[in-house]
Amino acid sequence: MNILVCISKAPDTTAKISFTENNTKFNEDKVQFIVNPYDEWYALVRGLELKEANGGTVTTISVGGPDLDPIIRKALAIGADKAVRVNAEATDAFFVAKQIAEFAKDKGFDLILAGKETINYNGSQVGAMVAELLDMPYVSIASKLEMEGSKATIHRDAPGGEEVVEAELPIVISSAKGMAEQRIPNMRGIMAARTKPLEVVEPSEGDHLTEVAHYELPPEKGEVKMIDPENMDELVELLHNEAKVI
Amino acid sequence: MSVLVFAESNDNSINKGAHETVFYGKQIASKLGTDVTVVTYGNVDEGALSKLGSFGADKVLINRNISEIDDELLTGLVQKAAEQENSNVIVFGFDVVGKSVAPRLSARMKAGLVPGAVEVPEIEGNTFKVKKAVFSGKAFATYTINTEKKIISLLPNSLQPEQEDKTASVEDFAPDLKPGRLTIKDKITAGGDGIPLPEAELVVSAGRGLKGPENWEIVEDLAKELGAATACSRPVADIGWRPHHEHVGQTGIAIRPNLYIAAGISGAIQHLAGVNGSKTIVVINTDPEAPFFKAADYGINGDAFEVLPRLTEAVKKFKANN
Repeated sequence: MNILVCISKAPDTTAKISFTENNTKFNEDKVQFIVNPYDEWYALVRGLELKEANGGTVTTISVGGPDLDPIIRKALAIGADKAVRVNAEATDAFFVAKQIAEFAKDKGFDLILAGKETINYNGSQVGAMVAELLDMPYVSIASKLEMEGSKATIHRDAPGGEEVVEAELPIVISSAKGMAEQRIPNMRGIMAARTKPLEVVEPSEGDHLTEVAHYELPPEKGEVKMIDPENMDELVELLHNEAKVI
Repeated sequence: MSVLVFAESNDNSINKGAHETVFYGKQIASKLGTDVTVVTYGNVDEGALSKLGSFGADKVLINRNISEIDDELLTGLVQKAAEQENSNVIVFGFDVVGKSVAPRLSARMKAGLVPGAVEVPEIEGNTFKVKKAVFSGKAFATYTINTEKKIISLLPNSLQPEQEDKTASVEDFAPDLKPGRLTIKDKITAGGDGIPLPEAELVVSAGRGLKGPENWEIVEDLAKELGAATACSRPVADIGWRPHHEHVGQTGIAIRPNLYIAAGISGAIQHLAGVNGSKTIVVINTDPEAPFFKAADYGINGDAFEVLPRLTEAVKKFKANN
């Protein structure tokens, strides 16, 4: 199987979020970056499992500057065979999807895996856009993926539960919890990653359909009001009259 | 030029979340001085469709040939509706359908998409500025949509829909559509009394502090009394005490109910990322130092095994008196 996995970087889940340049840029100072967890734990690892079972190649693709390289090396250390980085700033989902689609269009990928969203922009867009640009079917928020020949059987989120869906390859799938278990790279993987190919390609033309005008932090939460555990009538009263939620 | 709203249906009825989406579309239409057309699918009862008028729809287009979620079919359906209605603004819910159909349509129409909007856009001339939650609820970003055609998907529970005394006209809508490539083999319903977690207004959640799956009755009793959905923390889903679809947090689902009651959950930052959009948070914990108290509106430093049944009784009493 020829598998492409979309890898994006995200701030560590415990990172302090702040902004600079008049609230127009994320403040990366002192922020530790990680592989976006959905991309790493679910999309990449399931891709690797399928390759191990069926043979083939796992290629990762990322859009960003050289600052992405450590993230990409991590994906290689976990087990991807090779990596591609499109050398452009990733500021718009359509632009990113266009870069991935342009790279993938003549490479004959059977399967393109992405995370269900990034934990920094929470957009859930790129996978579907890549599917549209490549004229492939798309299954979003998948929690299980099994292959049989050229047929994929996928469990995906559906209103009020989940659905089991079948489709022929090639297909684009966005991955969520359940797809695979996180893998910790071992020393041999980390060593091997240093010499695996990381190809840098220049971006293709692509429109930016949206842009961030500015960021803001949510208003500070007020002080917590402590309630006597014996007095739940008071809590109900506050939820009704003060918070107005019941 | 009408604002087009995609209303999600499920099992041949309109989802509750669609009322909010239609109402949101109406707010945009009012700003633009235009009307609202809704497009939906499934064998939905005529009355439920015309009732969308009370949330702001003027016209409802219904496709009764589609019965399942196939993103390509639905993308085609919305695209054809947008062409017929000459719509430059298309609204979805940021739900499982909105997450696959809206971005596909965005790429097809080259229409800028803001996924997960939390407010009605600011409109200046042809420019929309739309606020959305980013960094897993830890911040907001206001996006400018650069394109003439615009798509917005609304984060559920972002605004409280108001109803007016109006019905919408209903038209069958069955354009030729390119067939989809997915085959739905099976549906697995989540079970329980059926308030889907993502659209629940009230949620009762519990964590490892409950000590075992056999103790969830007190959580379910309170949820039942409140008409709330139940949820859980990640460790509880991972060890199999509760089903995965109940896991809220960074790697589970993100919810933003009006009321989130958390019992026996310490409040790790990854859990908060899934619930920090909740309007009111109540935390019950035996540990006065539990980090969750810092994110709470109301805190109870006590034992969930005593506090939850007491709260259930208090809710019962409140309901009897109101």
